[in-house]
Amino acid sequence: MKRRVSSQLIAAILVNAVYEMKNYPIVLITTVLSPLSFLVVIAFVSRGALIGQAIEGGLIMSMFSSGTALQGDLSHLKNDFKLQDMLVSSPASPQIYVLGMAVSEIVYTLPALVILISLVGIYIQPNLFQAAELTGALLLMFLTSVVIGFMFSTFSSDIVQSFAFSRLLSLLFTTITPVYYPITYIPLPYAYLAYLSPTTYVAEIVQNATGYLTLPGFLVAADWLILSGLTIVLFFVTAKKARWKES
Amino acid sequence: MVTQVGELVCEGLTKRYGDTMALDSVSLSVPSSGIFALIGRNGAGKTTLIRILATEVEPTSGRAWINGIDVVKEDKKLREKIAIVPQEARTIAWMTPKQTVLSYLLWRGFGYGEAKNRAADSLARLGIAKYGDKLNRTLSGGTKRKVLAATVLASESEVIFLDEPTTGLDPISRREFWEILRELGKDRFIFLTTHYLEEAEQLADRIGILKEGKLAASGSLDSLRGTIRYQYSVKLPPNVQPPKVVEGEIMTGKNGETQVLTGEEEAFSIARKLSESGVRFSVSPVTLDDIFLQLDSESATDGDSN
Repeated sequence: MKRRVSSQLIAAILVNAVYEMKNYPIVLITTVLSPLSFLVVIAFVSRGALIGQAIEGGLIMSMFSSGTALQGDLSHLKNDFKLQDMLVSSPASPQIYVLGMAVSEIVYTLPALVILISLVGIYIQPNLFQAAELTGALLLMFLTSVVIGFMFSTFSSDIVQSFAFSRLLSLLFTTITPVYYPITYIPLPYAYLAYLSPTTYVAEIVQNATGYLTLPGFLVAADWLILSGLTIVLFFVTAKKARWKES
Repeated sequence: MVTQVGELVCEGLTKRYGDTMALDSVSLSVPSSGIFALIGRNGAGKTTLIRILATEVEPTSGRAWINGIDVVKEDKKLREKIAIVPQEARTIAWMTPKQTVLSYLLWRGFGYGEAKNRAADSLARLGIAKYGDKLNRTLSGGTKRKVLAATVLASESEVIFLDEPTTGLDPISRREFWEILRELGKDRFIFLTTHYLEEAEQLADRIGILKEGKLAASGSLDSLRGTIRYQYSVKLPPNVQPPKVVEGEIMTGKNGETQVLTGEEEAFSIARKLSESGVRFSVSPVTLDDIFLQLDSESATDGDSN
């Protein structure tokens, strides 16, 4: 029998995004409200001065959270439903399984992304080059967060632990760090601590690309390099540790 | 070792977790058709064996083949032909039975149209089509189990592993589930583990008994009877003095009922005496319960007694 890779990708998207959104519409509201709530608070507190950065922050938060949510979802399906055990003993490919699950996280975040991208169009109005840089940085951010999520999924053994990891990652990397506001607002030497988070680098790239922050070219290049390097290193560490079947 | 299509063979299969020996040199050879039931106490190694055969876990040593395919070296090839419902598998709460079966088939690589048709057929075969669009979380425990069975039934797999498929079901649901398993076993090989000896006795063409990681015995119910010391059971009602037994064991149950385990000749001799004295009694070949208890009280023997 000819097996279709596309079917395996569709299965992950259906199970982890479409069916959940279709059968539990309340999750749509939650995914939309989370990034928008910070955006609204920052916009009000700054009296509109930081609305551009806050919209970009919302995008970064959505992309990062969708990647790290992968760890909770992989653990949940593996430990609570034994889905991974069923798939190990089947022709399903482990690589396609993880890829499909990662894509499903983007699909799950689509409602929030649609609103945030519309706000980008209205308030920021980037040109083609800026839009491309914004998209590239956000996709790299997503890739980094997917790898982080996948890495944590290999540690956690139950759902309470998994969702605690998700909340912790989201809090550390998107709420406290200068994602919704410029890094220049953080006094030294505390600003250096922000560079422990990968989201700081992407926020700098995005804010610099759209004119909310002015950085020398070498610093922007360094941001890209650090983010790419981190993603590659984490990918290899995780790929080495991840196990489809038990040895 | 040369193995061929039509058989499941294990050769010295061993699995060690640290200091714990989960499976201790299990060797087994059974035809890969009909229903094979693996029984044993908690921790006997049933789940470990089924997970090794289903390519989920690698053995520490030893080898196994299903229809001539090596479960370790040719795991990818074998996965084309097998399916499993693990012991603690649950239906996903936010999905419906239709969506559950459909998505499993998509993961196996079926096209969407064929997967949809197969899912509908499978749910209908198991008599749960009417629940097809209800959320899994609203279904009874028995129906959820049937949904999981429908996923593997809908697949093209030739070998189906079911780890304790009826645990937690009420007696009626369990019997309904047996019908499904009989249906499945007509054209595929079902390898199941169970705690319920009655289940193994009712369903299985062949039975394996695991004790402390070792295979204590395997074969058909009749051949298992041949592996134990006493093949017949005479049961007496409470308050009836048991007759003198030359060779055998007398056991008294909680309800006061007496059971005499003995050989064929002596069983009928006892029966004749009881009949003459007008005592009500029953005589029958030993059940799987009796065999299991006898084997469990003896030390495990290596290898297949078939």
